[in-house]
Amino acid sequence: MSQVNRLPNGGRIDRSKTLSFTFNGQHYTGYEGDTLASALLANGVDIIGRSFKYSRPRGIIAAGAEEPNAVLQIGASEATQIPNVRATQQALYPGLVATSTNGWPNVNSDMMGILGKVGGKLMPPGFYYKTFMYPKAFWMTYEKYIRKAAGLGRSPLENDPDTYDYMNQHCDVLVVGAGPAGLAAALAAGRSGARVILADEQEEFGGSLLDTRETLDGQPAADWVAKVIAELQGLPGVTLLPRATVNGYHDHNFLTIHQRLADHLGDRAPIGTVRQRVHRVRAGRVVLATGTHERPLVYGNNDVPGNLLAGAVSVYVRRYGVAPGKKLVLSTNNDHAYRVVLDWLDAGLPVVAVADARGNPRGALVEAARARGVRILTGSAVIEARGTKRVTAARVAAIDTQSMKVTSNGEWLDCDLVASSGGYSPVVHLASHLGGKPVWREDILGFVPGDAPQKRVCVGGINGVFGLADALADGFEGGARAAAEAGFKVVEGVLPQVLAKPEEPTLALFLVPHDKGTARAPKQFVDQQNDVTAAAIELATREGFESVEHVKRYTALGFGTDQGKLGNINGLAIAARSRGITIPEMGTTMFRPNYTPVTFGAVAGRHCGHLFEPVRLTALHAWHVKHGATFEDVGQWKRPWYFPKRGEDLHAAVARECKAVRDSVGLLDASTLGKIDIQGPDAREFLNRVYTNAWSKLDVGKARYGLMCKEDGMVFDDGVTACLADNHFLMTTTTGGAARVLQWLEIYQQTEWPELKVYFTSVTDHWATLTLSGPNSRKLLAEVTDIDLGKDAFPFMTWKEGLVAGVPARVFRISFTGELSYEVNVQADYAMGVLEKIAEAGKAYNLTPYGTETMHVLRAEKGFIIVGQDTDGSVTPDDLNMGWAVGRNKPFSWIGWRGMNREDCLREDRKQLVGLKPVDPNTVLPEGAQLVFDPKQPIPMDMVGHVTSSYMSATLGRSFALAVVKGGLKRMGEKVWAPLVDGGVIEAEICASVFVDPKNERQNV
Amino acid sequence: MLQIFCPHCAELRSEEEFHASGQAHIPRPLDPAACTDEQWGTYMFFRDNPRGIHHELWIHAAGCRQYFNATRDTVTYEIFETYKIGEKPQVTAKPAGAVPEAAAREE
Repeated sequence: MSQVNRLPNGGRIDRSKTLSFTFNGQHYTGYEGDTLASALLANGVDIIGRSFKYSRPRGIIAAGAEEPNAVLQIGASEATQIPNVRATQQALYPGLVATSTNGWPNVNSDMMGILGKVGGKLMPPGFYYKTFMYPKAFWMTYEKYIRKAAGLGRSPLENDPDTYDYMNQHCDVLVVGAGPAGLAAALAAGRSGARVILADEQEEFGGSLLDTRETLDGQPAADWVAKVIAELQGLPGVTLLPRATVNGYHDHNFLTIHQRLADHLGDRAPIGTVRQRVHRVRAGRVVLATGTHERPLVYGNNDVPGNLLAGAVSVYVRRYGVAPGKKLVLSTNNDHAYRVVLDWLDAGLPVVAVADARGNPRGALVEAARARGVRILTGSAVIEARGTKRVTAARVAAIDTQSMKVTSNGEWLDCDLVASSGGYSPVVHLASHLGGKPVWREDILGFVPGDAPQKRVCVGGINGVFGLADALADGFEGGARAAAEAGFKVVEGVLPQVLAKPEEPTLALFLVPHDKGTARAPKQFVDQQNDVTAAAIELATREGFESVEHVKRYTALGFGTDQGKLGNINGLAIAARSRGITIPEMGTTMFRPNYTPVTFGAVAGRHCGHLFEPVRLTALHAWHVKHGATFEDVGQWKRPWYFPKRGEDLHAAVARECKAVRDSVGLLDASTLGKIDIQGPDAREFLNRVYTNAWSKLDVGKARYGLMCKEDGMVFDDGVTACLADNHFLMTTTTGGAARVLQWLEIYQQTEWPELKVYFTSVTDHWATLTLSGPNSRKLLAEVTDIDLGKDAFPFMTWKEGLVAGVPARVFRISFTGELSYEVNVQADYAMGVLEKIAEAGKAYNLTPYGTETMHVLRAEKGFIIVGQDTDGSVTPDDLNMGWAVGRNKPFSWIGWRGMNREDCLREDRKQLVGLKPVDPNTVLPEGAQLVFDPKQPIPMDMVGHVTSSYMSATLGRSFALAVVKGGLKRMGEKVWAPLVDGGVIEAEICASVFVDPKNERQNV
Repeated sequence: MLQIFCPHCAELRSEEEFHASGQAHIPRPLDPAACTDEQWGTYMFFRDNPRGIHHELWIHAAGCRQYFNATRDTVTYEIFETYKIGEKPQVTAKPAGAVPEAAAREE
C-alpha cells in the first residue's frame, strides 16, 4: 500500500529517506521526519484501535501529547515491548513494529464491538461497579477478563536490553516548552549568562512555529526557530533538551524531565548508548511555556475515525505533508481554527463547508476563508457525524447555544473529515502539580495558573496569551524576569516582527446540542480513551455525584493514560451546565505527575539488576562461598543460612550442624551484628538511660546483655554491651537494628540530654566476629591464642584482649547457643587469615560451620529471643519473662520504665512468651499460627496468641516452639490448639521457654 | 523534593540526605513517674497537625548526622528557617506577602 494521503510536497520530512514499518502486521512506508501517527495517516490507516468500553473503531484525533486513541504497543521483539506509546509522539524509525492494544480478532472486525453496540445502552457509568460487585470475592476474577478484553497494553516478558539512567542537574532558569514563548524566554535568559535548560517534548524545537502560517520578519517561522537554536547552541550556559518531557513539578523547584535519547533511532538503542534519561533538575527559576491544547467540540459520533482536531489537521498538512482525508468540514467556535481551511485549500483539497457557532464571525482568518469562496454556515455546528469505520457525512444544523437547542433540521454534508475546534485550553498541568488551583478566565474560556509560592513564571499560551506576537513578547519578558530574579543582568533584545491579525472572541460552546437530547443522541464522546460520553456525565450529576472529583471517579473521566488532556474541560463544562453552576464553581480535578506516561526503565534508571540495592558482604564471605553456604538476605547483608553437604537438604544440614555444636564445636560468622563504639565520661549514665537494666556497676572487662525499649515500654532491640574502659563501651545490636539503634542513641543525646558527654561511632564493618560455640570451643581456641581461657581466668560474660592466630583480638565469652562460646573479634581485614588458622586447627574437633538457621534453632532451644521474630512492638520485658533484665530501682527514669508501668502493661493476662511442645513430636507448628484455648468453639474463634518461632530439634528429638499466649506464664502444662488454614488442628502443651539446659550448666563451664 | 539548609553544615542540601522526625519542641517530661497515664499518653502519642506553620525535627542523616529544627508551611511546603536544637524559632506566624493558603496546596 503506497502513501495514499501523502501530499506531493511540503512538510518537514525527508522524502529521500523512505522508512518501512509495520502496524498490526501490515507493512507500510513513511519518511524520515514522520511520527508514527503521520505515517499511519499518510497510508490511509483510519482505525488505530478499539475503544475501551464499547469497542468502537477509533482513529487518530490529535498530533501531540493529548492524543487519547492512538496509544499503541511498540516493539519488534519480546524484550523491547513498550506499552502506552502515543503514536503522535513516536518518531518513525526503520523497522518500527506497532500494534493496537485491543481489538479481537483484529481492530477491523472486532467481537467486542458487537457487544458494545448491543450493550451500549446497558453500560452506563458505574456499569462495572454495579454489575460485577457481587459476590465480592469474584471481582478479582472479573477484573482479569475485563482488562484483557479492554486492552491496556502489556509489559515485556523478557529483560529490557537497553540502558536507562538518571542525571542530577542544577540551573538558574529552566524553560519548559520550546514554542514561540519558550524560545523567546530561553533567548532572554540565555543572553543574560544564566545557566539555562530548555526542554521540549517534541522531536524538534519550535512548537506551533513549525506549522504556523504566519511569518516572522517576513521569513518563514521555521527560519527564525533555526536562528534562535543556533544562537542558544552558542551560549555556553545553555543546555538544549529535545525529546524531553518535563513530567513533574515538585517541591522547591525540583523538576523531573524524561528524555528519550534513542527512541527515535530504532527498536533498541545503539550499542553503548542510553535509551532514556531522567533529568532531576533543581531550578532557580522555572519558566512554564507549555502552550495550549485545542479542545474538540463534543457532538454525536465524534469518535468515528475521520474526526480530528482542527489544529491537528493543520499540523499533519503543513509539518508532515499528509492530508488525513479528502473532503473537509470544519466545526468551530473561534477564528483561529480557520487556519485549517486555508491550509486545506493550499493543499489543493476541497473544503465542503465551515460550521461556525457564532452568529456573525468577521475576523481576519474568517474573511480570508470567505474570500476564497468557502461556504460558511454561521450560528451552526456539526451536530452529528455518520460512518462506522470512517466518516462519510456530517450533519450541520443551526443551534442556539443559550437554550442548547437545535433550531433547524440541518443538512447532511458529504465529507470524510470533520475538523473541530472548541477553543484552546492552557496546559496548566505542571503549574498545578504542587496543588496551585488554576483560575478560570471567561475571556479566553480556559483555566490559567493561579498564584503559587514557587519561583516560577508562566509565559505564552499557558498564560492565556494566544497571539503569536504577544506570546513572543510575553516569553521574552518572562525569560528576562526569571534571569533577573536569579541574579543575572538582562540584555535588551529585539523581537521579530509579526503581522498581527486580530481574532474575534471565542464563543462558549463545549457540548453541541442534538435534536434528540443528550441521553438519546448518538454517543457524544467527551473522554475517548475511557469511553465517557456527555450523557454519562449528566447521568452522574443526576445520580448525585456533584463534586468534580466524584464525577471523575464515577464516570472514569480523565482516568486514562492521557489523563483526559482532551476531554477534561469539556467534561467540566457539561457537568457544570448539568448542575446549573459555572465552570469555576465546578472547579478542576487535581493534576498529578507524571504529565505523560514514563517507562519503568526510566523510573528504574541504573537501579536494576545487581545495582538495585547495595549488598553487604562480611569479610569472610568468600570462605562461606567456598564451603558451599546457602545464603539468606538479612537486611542488606548476605548471611550463610546453612552449609549443606552433598545431598543434604535444609533440615538434614541443620540437624547435623546443631549436633556438631552441641557435641563438639561449631563456627558462626556473627560479623553482621551491629556494633556501636560508645565513648565519653557520661557513657555509663547514658547506657543506664537507654537500656532497661543497670550499668553503673559493670566493671571493665565485663559484658552484659541489655534490653532496649521505646518510651511505650515495648522491647525494640537487644544485645550485649561490654565495658572496654570506664568511659568506653562496645554495644552490639541486632543485625537489622544497627542503624535504627544508632539513630535512637543520637536523638536522645542530641535533643534530650545534650549535657551528657558521650559519642557514638558505628564500627559494624570494622570488626569481623567469629563465634566458636560448643563444648570443645575452649580446647580449639586455646590452640590459636595466647589468652588464658581457664574457667576462672576468663569466666562467662567477660572479655579479654590478646592474640588470636597472631592477630590482635577482642574475645568475648558470651553465648547465644547455651554452649560454652567465644566470640572472637578481629579487624575485618585480618579476619580471613584468622578463620583459616582456626579452621585448620578445628579439623581435630570436627569444627562445623553453621548458618543462621542452625543459630535460630540453637538459641530457641535455649529460650533466647530474637527481637522482631519473638517480639512485635507490643511486647514488654515482663511479657518475655525477662523481668530480671529490668532495673526497677535505677534512679533515672530510663526509656521504657514509665511506659511499662501503664495500667495496661501490668495486666496479668497479657500475651506472654512461653514454650510449646506439640503433642505429636513430629509435627512442627507453622510460625505465625494463631492459638486458641478451645478448638471446638464456633468461628470466629477467640484467638489467644500465636507461634513466634518453631523448629524440629535434633537435640530434643522432637518439635518445639516459642509462642506468645494470653496469661501463658500461669498456664504451664495446659493445652492450646492451632487451627490451620487447611482445617487441621495442632494440639500443643504450654511449657517453659527454655528447652535445653535450664540450669545453665553447659555455658558456665 | 525539598531543599533544606542544614544549620550545622551551613549548606542547602537535597531532602534525600535528611529524615523527618516529627514535631519539634516536645520535651521528655523531666519526671516521667509523676505523669499520669493520660499525661504520659499525651506526651507519647499526641501531635499537632496544623495547616500552615509547623516546627519540625529533622536529622541530616546522610550528612553530619545532627538533629535540627525546621519551620515549614504544611500547605505550601515552604521552609522559612532551620535552627539548632535548643534555639527558639524566629518564624511563628506566616510571613507577610506569603501566598494565601487558598491559592496554594488544596486537597
